[in-house]
Amino acid sequence: MKFIFDSDTWQEIYGGIRKNKTRTVITIIGVLWGIFLLVTLLGASRGLENNFKTIFGDFATNSVFVWTQRTDLPFKGFQKGRRVRLTIDDVEILKREYKEIKFIAPRSNSNSAITRGFKTGNFNISGDFPVLDKVQKKDLIFGRFLNENDIKLKSKVCVIELEIYEQLFDKNEEPVGEMVTIGNISYKVVGVYKNGTIAFDGAAAYIPFTTFKQVFNTGNRIGWMMITANEGVDILQMEQDILLTLKNIHKVDPEDKKAFGSVNLAAEIGKVTGFLTGMQFLTWFVGIATLIAGVFAIGNILLITVKERTKEIGIRRAIGATPVEIRRQVVLESVFLTTVAGMLGIIFGGFVLFLMDTFLGSGPDPTLINPTVNIPIILFAFLILIVLGTLIGLIPAYMATLVKPIDALRDE
Amino acid sequence: MIRIKNLHKSYPIGKDSLHVLKGIDLHIKEGEFVSIMGSSGSGKSTLLNIVGLLDEHDEGDYFLNGQEIKNLNEKKGAVLRNKFLGFVFQSFNLISYKTALENVSLPLYYKGVSRKERQKIALDYLDKVGLKDWASHLPNELSGGQKQRVAIARALVTQPKVVLADEPTGALDSTTTDSVMDLLKDINNEGMTVFVITHEEEVADQTKRIVRLKDGIITSDTINVQRNPVKTV
Ligand SMILES: Nc1ncnc2c1ncn2[C@@H]1O[C@H](COP(=O)(O)OP(=O)(O)O)[C@@H](O)[C@H]1O
Ligand SMILES: [Mg+2]
Repeated sequence: MKFIFDSDTWQEIYGGIRKNKTRTVITIIGVLWGIFLLVTLLGASRGLENNFKTIFGDFATNSVFVWTQRTDLPFKGFQKGRRVRLTIDDVEILKREYKEIKFIAPRSNSNSAITRGFKTGNFNISGDFPVLDKVQKKDLIFGRFLNENDIKLKSKVCVIELEIYEQLFDKNEEPVGEMVTIGNISYKVVGVYKNGTIAFDGAAAYIPFTTFKQVFNTGNRIGWMMITANEGVDILQMEQDILLTLKNIHKVDPEDKKAFGSVNLAAEIGKVTGFLTGMQFLTWFVGIATLIAGVFAIGNILLITVKERTKEIGIRRAIGATPVEIRRQVVLESVFLTTVAGMLGIIFGGFVLFLMDTFLGSGPDPTLINPTVNIPIILFAFLILIVLGTLIGLIPAYMATLVKPIDALRDE
Repeated sequence: MIRIKNLHKSYPIGKDSLHVLKGIDLHIKEGEFVSIMGSSGSGKSTLLNIVGLLDEHDEGDYFLNGQEIKNLNEKKGAVLRNKFLGFVFQSFNLISYKTALENVSLPLYYKGVSRKERQKIALDYLDKVGLKDWASHLPNELSGGQKQRVAIARALVTQPKVVLADEPTGALDSTTTDSVMDLLKDINNEGMTVFVITHEEEVADQTKRIVRLKDGIITSDTINVQRNPVKTV
């Protein structure tokens, strides 16, 4: 193995490569492109994954949302098409029956104009319990979220979204303690929050559930509920069980698929992570396929050059190069080309990831967060590259010594 | 130095075979300057290639420096070529992307001589053929005569036992032919065995022994009296 550290060996290889610049560039591009794709795609999909993680980060991920629609099947004398309504009593029953429930947030929504002085706008109004903050963490900029006291006293208070604040208040104006008018009633602003990337309520003003019930005269009815399960609970099973209980309470056919609507956040996240896994798989597939194609291109071009260089090889052999020395040079040339191309590919890939991070990874709504590739993965790809480079170099190396020097040197 | 007995060589051509060398007997001693004369196709190159271990003979014996050449594998052949033989070809066969100096030092590279040493020796030999100032030039920047002198320097650089030249002047005009032949004579005068192939009488005339080949058989083998003033046979 001494020859690898011999500067003369590399001098010879450099000479051979320098001779054919176009060929060298073409071969390098083949492999470069493969490893470049691998690095950038892996990095980008990692960035997307990180981003999804932060988007869902606001939510307790083992949550189910339940709401009502119309029945689709007649049941116990009821016609189909009956409107089913969730009530606050349902919430109490579920709380009692299901030990696996950690939080349950009953909610009602409406929309209305919100006015402050001459400024006004139409926004969602949501009647909520303080527990909402547990199910979907509220990012508060000013003040506080609703509390138990607000519920008990049916206080005329509200927590508004940043957008509402920006629309109704002047810049840098202190909102907490200020009054706004929702419908005809004045409310005191107690907090301002900022929506994450995924927001079910849009730009909403949260008021105490009890206040909502009184003002909008909704009685016991609620719009929908968000349920969070304890750690380790089979959330899909719990979702089915809860729906059955609700169907039972509201005298709905257990087979009725329409009466209650529900979304399982865990399942949705599963779909997204499934998509990401698929993307990673595709990345590997595309990257490695391109890489192999690139390496084959190198082998092929080396084969062509070996044929072009039969005469040169013949000369070298006539003046004393052994077949092993000739083969060694061709293989080293192949390994050298693939390695250099691989390094360039990794460097370019890293650079593109850096650009992605700068241009797509910052600001209020990043597409990618921290797009990176693991060093061991890169080293592994690099190792594969060297192995492939060696293997693919063996064919032209063998071809190079197949021709007898005398045939290569014949003058005709 | 070179001892050949009843050497035969045939080339297969399709189903038939072409009998090129039909029983050659030749003995070349150390320090001789021999030319092989013959018309085109008489088998001169075939003989030289066998002597130069670039090809194998079918029948007969060949001893090089006392060592019998038989069933030589590629590696042994390469080592023996590097050690004992220097080649000069009609078409120079220099490596186009290497400078004169690099071309001359290449055999030393395969011999395992260190880089510094190589440069020094190669430059000495370039000086010897009068091309020291052209060391860093590429072959296509040199004239035909200069190229052949670089090739001769390359053949000499490993200090071989025999220099084998296949029509070294075949691609040169008469003045450069003379300069190349003068160079070969100088080398021979320093004691090197030189073996030249040619079909030009003027070239053969300058060697000390002329062997004529016709249809694969040696027809005459004469001492060139002109060039051997003090030699007693
Ligand atoms: N590799 C080969 N295969 C078949 N025929 C060959 C080969 N080499 C030489 N010959 C033939 O052998 C004969 C002698 O060739 P060669 O030794 O090159 O002659 P010279 O050098 O005297 O001109 C020629 O007829 C040539 O065509
Ligand atoms: Mg010939």
